[in-house]
Amino acid sequence: MTADIARSDVERAERTGTGRPSVPVIHLRDVIKRFREKTGREVHALGPVDLTIRPGEFVCVVGPSGCGKSTLLRLIAGLEAASGGTLRRYGQPLDAPSHEVGIIFQEHVLFPWASVLENVLLPADVLGLEKSAAQARAWRLLEMTGLRDFAHHCPQNLSGGMKQRAAFCRAMLADPRFLLLDEPFGALDALTREELSLELSRLWDELGRTAFMITHDIEEAILLGDRVLVMSPRPGRIEADIAIDLPRPRSIDTAALPRFQEIKNQVRHLIFGHRKG
Amino acid sequence: MSFSSLGGRLLIPVVYLAMLSAWEGLTLYFSVPSWVLPAPSEILAAGVEWAPELATNALVTLRETVFGFLLALALSLPLAALIAFNALARRIIYPVLLGLQSIPKVALAPLVLLWFGFSEWPKIVIVVLVCFFPILVNVVAGFDAVPKSMLDMMRSLGASQHMILRRLRLPAALPALFTGCKVAITFAVIGAVIGEFVSAQSGLGYLILITTSQSQTPVAFAALLLLTVMSVALFYILEYLEKRVVTWSP
Ligand SMILES: Nc1ncnc2c1ncn2[C@@H]1O[C@H](COP(=O)(O)OP(=O)(O)OP(=O)(O)O)[C@@H](O)[C@H]1O
Ligand SMILES: [Mg+2]
Repeated sequence: MTADIARSDVERAERTGTGRPSVPVIHLRDVIKRFREKTGREVHALGPVDLTIRPGEFVCVVGPSGCGKSTLLRLIAGLEAASGGTLRRYGQPLDAPSHEVGIIFQEHVLFPWASVLENVLLPADVLGLEKSAAQARAWRLLEMTGLRDFAHHCPQNLSGGMKQRAAFCRAMLADPRFLLLDEPFGALDALTREELSLELSRLWDELGRTAFMITHDIEEAILLGDRVLVMSPRPGRIEADIAIDLPRPRSIDTAALPRFQEIKNQVRHLIFGHRKG
Repeated sequence: MSFSSLGGRLLIPVVYLAMLSAWEGLTLYFSVPSWVLPAPSEILAAGVEWAPELATNALVTLRETVFGFLLALALSLPLAALIAFNALARRIIYPVLLGLQSIPKVALAPLVLLWFGFSEWPKIVIVVLVCFFPILVNVVAGFDAVPKSMLDMMRSLGASQHMILRRLRLPAALPALFTGCKVAITFAVIGAVIGEFVSAQSGLGYLILITTSQSQTPVAFAALLLLTVMSVALFYILEYLEKRVVTWSP
């Protein structure tokens, strides 16, 4: 069912190390972000940051609140301009958003005046994609995420988890090569969050996209990621880049593996060790 | 239907009837002259007797009100968009408009008459003046209140400004537009009457002025009642439209 939505080709091969090396999805060098507040005071929010994301990788970011995680994501998305450093996306200078990048925000940001299906179809409308193909794709995505029966409902009538699923469908509609997620499950209760993150893991195994996800949940980061980046307090830098060598596909049992606990302790020490020192 | 809901439904007409009866009874008991305060029965009788005049004059006032309101809508929407989307325009135009807004429109009525002469225009212009600002201010607020996250989402799709306006800002501003319109329409009726007080040969305001000066107070009251009904009806028409269009707000 999902065969035509999957990118089963090169990117997955590269994740498993069998493909040719290729252009990184994202390449940041010495990237810095400063904000000028209304009072005129400058806030050094981020960096310098060096970061390379390769095709097919799932990169998770954890770090203390206010350390610049969202800022980093917005820079990668092209929604914000850097104050210094070089940014490249697929080898090209990164200076504007691209439809090849899908974003899922912490709040679902669905339009309340449109049905779930219309919300999912928004990218097709904006990008002027062919209608019938987009429709077919939207229905397949709704089917995959169990929202088929809610296609004609208003988003307000959906639960938090369902709204976030709908946002996922919308982000996937234009077939992005790269997915950015800013605490996508942050506003959900613990049970729904765990359910959805396992679902995302499954979908991602199936679809084989590149992903960059911010989370405040260490277990979630380890469960989903190929790499977990740990950021320092503001101005955020990447303090550690931990490869997660847990087998895929990941499931509810993955969290019970001794290796999982080992990595979790390592990440916890990196984050909380900072607080003491 | 349960007893309590039946009781609830009956309560309101019963209270209204009681109030009308008290009015009727008190004017009779104290034998208040009808040119000071007519009893409801006298108002009704005058209303029936003067029905043709009341109808033609009500139509005049209604036309001025609706036309002025629509004109204000057509003028304020583009200006609201300009203010909302252009920082320079906002800095230049907005303070001037807010200053103008604080001028009492009644004080402008004689000037408007001077500029537009004896026609239906002075009244329409006054209606436009009173309707313009509530609509403008609310629509600007509506455009401003678009959540940043939604704007980011549209930008991340590479949407053009035009697309963002059509798909996001316009629908997001609709509830505020209706709020502004509902405030404006009640002002509009007042504006039309002010205009008719200053200069008119027709309209309910004119009728009230003429009949009170001739001690035909019951007719004035009937005209007043008609004005109230018109105002309330226009308000509810807008509220009905709002319910049909803005289906998403709680
Ligand atoms: N537009 C802005 N103007 C001024 N300062 C900003 C702006 N955006 C972010 N900042 C500042 O930059 C810093 C990093 O913000 P950012 O939102 O990236 O943090 P975060 O790591 O995502 O935090 P959280 O975990 O709470 O979401 C904060 O100190 C914030 O106040
Ligand atoms: Mg954040």
